[in-house]
Amino acid sequence: MGKALRYLLVTTGALVMLFPFAWAVITSLTPDGAVLASPPDFTPEGAGLAAYARLLEALPFWRILANSVWIGVVSTALQLITSAMAAYAFARLPFPGRGALFAVYLATLMVPLQVLIVPLFIEMRTFDLTDTYFAVLAPTIASAFGVFLLRQAIQQVPREFDEAAVLDGAGHLRIFVFVVLPLIRPALATFAIFGFMASWNSYLWPLVILRSPEFFTLPLGLAELHGRFTTEWNVVMAGSVVSVVPILILYLFAQKHVIASVAQSGLK
Amino acid sequence: MSLTTQAPPPVKRHAAPPRRTAGQRWRYAGTVAIFLLPSLVPLTLFTLIPMAGSLWVSLHEWDLLQPMRWVGLANYLELLGEEETRAAFLHTLYFIAGYLPLVYAGGLGLAMLLNRAMKGRNLFRAIYFLPVITSWVVVALMWKWLLNPASGIVNWALGVIGVEGPGWWTDPHWAMPSIILASAWKDLGFVMIILLAGLQAIPGEYHEAARVDGASAWQRFRSITLPLLSPSTFFVVVISLINGFQVFDQVHVMTGGGPGGATQVAVEQVYKMTFEYGRAGAASALSWLLFAVVLMVTLIQVRGQRKWVNYG
Repeated sequence: MGKALRYLLVTTGALVMLFPFAWAVITSLTPDGAVLASPPDFTPEGAGLAAYARLLEALPFWRILANSVWIGVVSTALQLITSAMAAYAFARLPFPGRGALFAVYLATLMVPLQVLIVPLFIEMRTFDLTDTYFAVLAPTIASAFGVFLLRQAIQQVPREFDEAAVLDGAGHLRIFVFVVLPLIRPALATFAIFGFMASWNSYLWPLVILRSPEFFTLPLGLAELHGRFTTEWNVVMAGSVVSVVPILILYLFAQKHVIASVAQSGLK
Repeated sequence: MSLTTQAPPPVKRHAAPPRRTAGQRWRYAGTVAIFLLPSLVPLTLFTLIPMAGSLWVSLHEWDLLQPMRWVGLANYLELLGEEETRAAFLHTLYFIAGYLPLVYAGGLGLAMLLNRAMKGRNLFRAIYFLPVITSWVVVALMWKWLLNPASGIVNWALGVIGVEGPGWWTDPHWAMPSIILASAWKDLGFVMIILLAGLQAIPGEYHEAARVDGASAWQRFRSITLPLLSPSTFFVVVISLINGFQVFDQVHVMTGGGPGGATQVAVEQVYKMTFEYGRAGAASALSWLLFAVVLMVTLIQVRGQRKWVNYG
């Protein structure tokens, strides 16, 4: 294939990927009257941030953004801690029934969220926890996927390192924190990226459990916005742009690692 | 070196915990508990108990408000005979049948384009991956706007080249293709990254040797690239099918299962039965039926991979 043709195809692909984002930005800057204009106006007169102002009036959007960040960070941190600790137990602490318990973890990996939705909802309602941060976080605290991923990483840490630490009189907690954790940093980073993205994008469970806009996460806030401003696409696109920007910034910094993590997941 | 002079292998003592006194054993049990419980307690509360609960609920008639009424397997039997169930599964299969070939062919095409040293390769790769990190709700809204029947830019562009665009998500015939299009666009980058990693693992000499033997580009693609890429293909197909059967976010935002039920997929059906139709028991039963289907399809693939997946 010719070099020119290849560049042409690759660039076309890139434009297809970028255009929806660009169009969202343009639409969000379009004044109210001109949004539904046909033919579409690429350089609308009176372009400005009016739609963003209306967005902030309609919903507590800063609060919603902060909720998403807060829930994402806490969820990721909790998953990392609980999964790494359990992974250490499964990799380094023999106990009766360990294999069977690990099989239970693996089995939960296959059970999709929608199977759990009704009982989880009832559980939260029974303890009067609907519409709380805790309810959104609860199903993400333990991660079977994380335990599986990190256990593999810990198993690759040579035993000699732990044994040297034991000779120095270190207990398991110290070995875990000072020997094992630093050595599995790449796996921890991979898992953190997956965990944060899952929390940031999650829609079904927050949709079921949250009612008040002040607890909403971004996907919920956007869906609510769409319900209220059905034809005012400039406001809806303003909300979309606002919710893409934070993850985009994160992506720009961690881009290589994100892509490497995904590529790694397919090579087994 | 003769075998007799070799030192004996070091004794591996870490396989089993060393003998201990009762007190030490209790301390060890405590250590295990400290490591395990932070994960095991939430897993029990928020996954294992709900799993059992879901099975229990599926054996009852329940609207989430009145007390539950035991009906045994009636929910399952009722679902199997219901037109809506069949429609929900058919719509889900329709989604998969459109989505999977599109996302695989597109992802493979992009991966092959990028599988050569070229300027700006990392930049292009990062751009293709951008939709993957974007949330489903944002993607669904952006595409709902692009595919707006009256004022969307896609229909305007089609008009410019003299084609009258369809009603997309407002038209029962075009609603599912709209969802498929948006979904394939979002996941293309993911598939591309997986396949690109697979392509880069294929030794260049194979292609060299085939070229020397006079094999055409198509022959090399058929006889070298595709077979050696099969483990990555397998991974993509398994993951895409698991996700495809559970498609919900984009459907719920773009069409809510409409128009006229044309995009009512399985999870959307579970959601509506639970929170709108007052049939939480039957909804749980349906979610288990869906799970059974996904599990079966995945197991069949794992069994069948021997026939076509080449692990070299």
